[in-house]
Amino acid sequence: MTQPASTTDATFAALESEVRRAAAQLASAEAVENFRLDWLGRKQGRLKRLSESLLASAAIEEKKQIGQRFNALKTLVEAELETALERTRGSLWSDQSLRRERIDVTLPGTRRQIGAEHPITRTMNELVAIFAALGYSVGVGPQVETDYYNFESMNFPPGHPARDTQDTLVVAGQQRRAPRDRLLLRTHTSPVQMRTMEQQPPPVRIVIPGKVHRNDAADATHSPVFHQVEGLCVDKGITFSDLKGTLDHAMKALFGSSVRTRFFPSFFPFTEPSADVQISCIFCVGKGCRRCKQSGWIELLGCGMVDPAVFAFAAEKQPAYDPRLISGFAFGMGVERIAMMKYGIREIGQFYSGDMRFLEQFA
Amino acid sequence: MNILTTWLRALLPELTVTDAQLGEDLTLRGIAVEGIHDLGSGNGSLFEMDITTNRVDAMNHYGVAREAATIYGLTLAPGAAPLPAAHPAAAPFPVRIEAEDACGRFTARVLRQIKIAPTSSVNGPISSFASRMFTLLEQKQISNAVDASNFAWLAMGQPTHAFDLDKIHGGIVVRRARKGETLKTLDGVERALDPEDLIVADHAKPLALAGVMGGWETMITPATTNVLVEAAWFDPVAVRRTARRHGLHTDASHRFERGADFAAAPLASAIVSALLLENGGHCEGDLVDLQIPAIAARTANRPPVALALAQVHRLLGQTHDSEGIATATVESILSGLGCGLVPQTESGTGEAWLVTLPSWRLDLEREIDLIEEIARVHGYNRFANTLPAFSGAVAARPGAAAESLLRFTLRAAGVHEAIGSTFCSADDAALTEPQPRAAVPLENPLSAEAGLLRPSLIPSMLAMLGGNLHRDIADVRLFELGTVFADASPRSASAGRAAEQLIERVEESLSLAIGLAGSVAEDGLVAALELDFFHLKGIVEQLVACFAAQSVLFDTFPSDCALTPAWLHPFRSARLSVNGLTLGWLGELHPREAAARKFRSRVLVAELAVDRLLTLPLRRPALRELSHFQPVRRDFSLLVPGRLCWADLDRAIAALGIPEILDWRLREILATGPGIPADHQALLVSITFQAADRTLRDDELQAFTAAILAATERLGIRLRASGTQ
Repeated sequence: MTQPASTTDATFAALESEVRRAAAQLASAEAVENFRLDWLGRKQGRLKRLSESLLASAAIEEKKQIGQRFNALKTLVEAELETALERTRGSLWSDQSLRRERIDVTLPGTRRQIGAEHPITRTMNELVAIFAALGYSVGVGPQVETDYYNFESMNFPPGHPARDTQDTLVVAGQQRRAPRDRLLLRTHTSPVQMRTMEQQPPPVRIVIPGKVHRNDAADATHSPVFHQVEGLCVDKGITFSDLKGTLDHAMKALFGSSVRTRFFPSFFPFTEPSADVQISCIFCVGKGCRRCKQSGWIELLGCGMVDPAVFAFAAEKQPAYDPRLISGFAFGMGVERIAMMKYGIREIGQFYSGDMRFLEQFA
Repeated sequence: MNILTTWLRALLPELTVTDAQLGEDLTLRGIAVEGIHDLGSGNGSLFEMDITTNRVDAMNHYGVAREAATIYGLTLAPGAAPLPAAHPAAAPFPVRIEAEDACGRFTARVLRQIKIAPTSSVNGPISSFASRMFTLLEQKQISNAVDASNFAWLAMGQPTHAFDLDKIHGGIVVRRARKGETLKTLDGVERALDPEDLIVADHAKPLALAGVMGGWETMITPATTNVLVEAAWFDPVAVRRTARRHGLHTDASHRFERGADFAAAPLASAIVSALLLENGGHCEGDLVDLQIPAIAARTANRPPVALALAQVHRLLGQTHDSEGIATATVESILSGLGCGLVPQTESGTGEAWLVTLPSWRLDLEREIDLIEEIARVHGYNRFANTLPAFSGAVAARPGAAAESLLRFTLRAAGVHEAIGSTFCSADDAALTEPQPRAAVPLENPLSAEAGLLRPSLIPSMLAMLGGNLHRDIADVRLFELGTVFADASPRSASAGRAAEQLIERVEESLSLAIGLAGSVAEDGLVAALELDFFHLKGIVEQLVACFAAQSVLFDTFPSDCALTPAWLHPFRSARLSVNGLTLGWLGELHPREAAARKFRSRVLVAELAVDRLLTLPLRRPALRELSHFQPVRRDFSLLVPGRLCWADLDRAIAALGIPEILDWRLREILATGPGIPADHQALLVSITFQAADRTLRDDELQAFTAAILAATERLGIRLRASGTQ
């Protein structure tokens, strides 16, 4: 059985006017959405059902015409929907409707956990960057050194009492070797000075970060393992006042421009004149406090002009290190001490504990 | 060392500055006053000194006073009053120096009718000044003999020794010991002497270890009436060797090892004698004073040193005051220190001098030493702060960028950097060393548990993981980028190192350890996720992805071929090889090792040979053209026989070489379920296709799918029943 064409016409005309009437009354985004679902919903939409019922029962010859009317109706629904959407969009973004999407912004943020840079690495990188800006390249050397590089070429002659101040860990069974070949754990980063000068004629500007070891009993501020940053600058006309200016600049870069430095005579076999450097106390700004033992000053590093005897050792391989023609300065500082000051660390052992609670704080 | 300002003021009657000022001025000139303690009204202060090893001359009151005199331009009072006239002696006391290389000077003074008395009574047997100094220094007083020697030591830093004269047979001989000789020293120890030992002997036997410690037999006792006072100069090396051999370190050896003042012996002898004579007795004969000219020539009478003003300026640079270091400054500083200056006129290169050196300053030998003295006394802080000119380039250290990238990647993966111990125990070394007996033992380790240099970072990583787990910190993510050590001495064909073989060379390599335990902790509303092998592998994959590599392979070995390190779970670990080179190992800690360390939770560890990784170039991103066309994803549910692993499937897809395959990934693993036969598992793999130049058509996609299924078919992989996923 087939429906007459007029009936089909009437049905579609009624539907079209219903669409227009309903669309005109849509006042909110929600109503628009309901309208859309009502007509265009994929499973229960009226158009879906209509197409199923009409097309299923239509005769073949009618299908084309019904299809055209159907498509016209669908186009009308979509056009009306678009108009209604346009009209009601404002209400979608109204305060009232957005309020329903309110969240508690005081809930904790979701964080990706990132790993921390070790405070020693961080401090060493900071120091290296300061000296890189002054033209210093990075030099490194082995932790197991020969007596020659660690002591002899640094002007600690065999049997010299100054060796006693650096209790040395030595590799087993070295007594059978010539003294200068004996293997030990370097007690300072200074051997890299000699290794660098042997490889490279002046001018030299290197900064040497590294790990060193001494046979020291551990306490709150001493560890048998620790780190140093060493520097060496050699050229024609390098002076003691250049050493002072360089370190004064470095300390200001590290601790802030208000920090002052002062230099004291000291003694290291490989420098002469030798100096200890104090900075004005960063805790009390020089007024005197517990941390600086009321002096207003904190001792931070050792330095001096390269001893001509050290140049003489270097000149064995690089004759350009003639102490009558060139001069230079060297300095060395304990990284742990600086990191302890900067970050308020009381126990040096915490650096080597791998304690998550300690390390996390540097993330 | 402690110094009394009262004593300094006695030596420097014209000194007017306050104790605090004196301390500051001394410190700024390298005679460091570490602490100042007020001793109460009229008693001045006690200075706690920290004097560097090269300034042994200033480790006593006279020496510090001498520095102060230089600073303020004052005159020092004489160190000792003249002794009363001596009774004549029939002959000088016999003294002979046989060891002329090691004893430069020996003075002997005979005192007779001496009364030895303990220093207990209020009016002790020694002078009120000395007694007061002892009290202020809280130095225990024992007897006038001991106190006299101590006083000379505190005053001048010159060791002296008093012998019971009546126990000396014949006279004094300073010589090397002879084989078989023995000596009971003042500490009561009977010592067998070495032929290298420097001794003071009489004509029959050894009396004392020269410059180290006196002998028991000739020591002063209450019964002593006649005394021989020794003040001498002994060679630093000879004393050091003797002291070392006998395991002794005394005030005397400390001073002689660092170089005593050749000229000080007569003055020290006079101080000791004067104090002993206060309680009665007299000197007999003149001071016997033997000197070895060769040693005098390298101590008290060293040749003068040439000094040029131009060198002073070349090395010291600019001062704050515009005149800088002037001729007059040089002359006043050096003469104040006891040097003699002879101006040199013929040089023609500006101001120059020949400078004679004071006997007490053996540390001064060269021009640079004099330049240091000028800077020191002038004041370091009077030099300007200048920056040297620089015209060069900063060279990047090879590997620095790659190391920095590794650190960055690890931190981005949420792993914290740690630094562990350089040392490990023998057990840990045996567990982790890559070759047997490769670990390097120390001669003098910090402890038995730290007897070797670590051959691997695993021991220190496990120690740090344990430190956390045992503190109930369950979630641990650590890495260490550090050095490992191996004996790399040239060896004969026989493997390993016998105990007596010499370690000639130690190889250091950069290694990376990663240690994980617990979970990626919950944060906010994100649930905790327990860490497993694949988290560790993911981190390792990301690290390797920093480098350009042709092939990256994770493989395993049969448990019976002993290739997998003993610290790893043999079935939950893998080797990483890149371009055919082993780069490291990763996996779960072997349950045996976990139990031994009382780890209750799963621990994951990896160690990578960073040195080898760094031989690869860093991967430079090469951009893939972004397609404008829609990607298409197809999911495949595959039944994979148990004998196959993911890598087989992975390789099969890769081997197809279909350029339109953009990406494939594993979405799910089902071990059991409908349609999954025994000894199979179902893998859900999604593959994304995309072409750069067109939208893919259905027939193309069907062809790709057919190719993929054909390839997996050849491996024995079937599609799971259609419709199920």
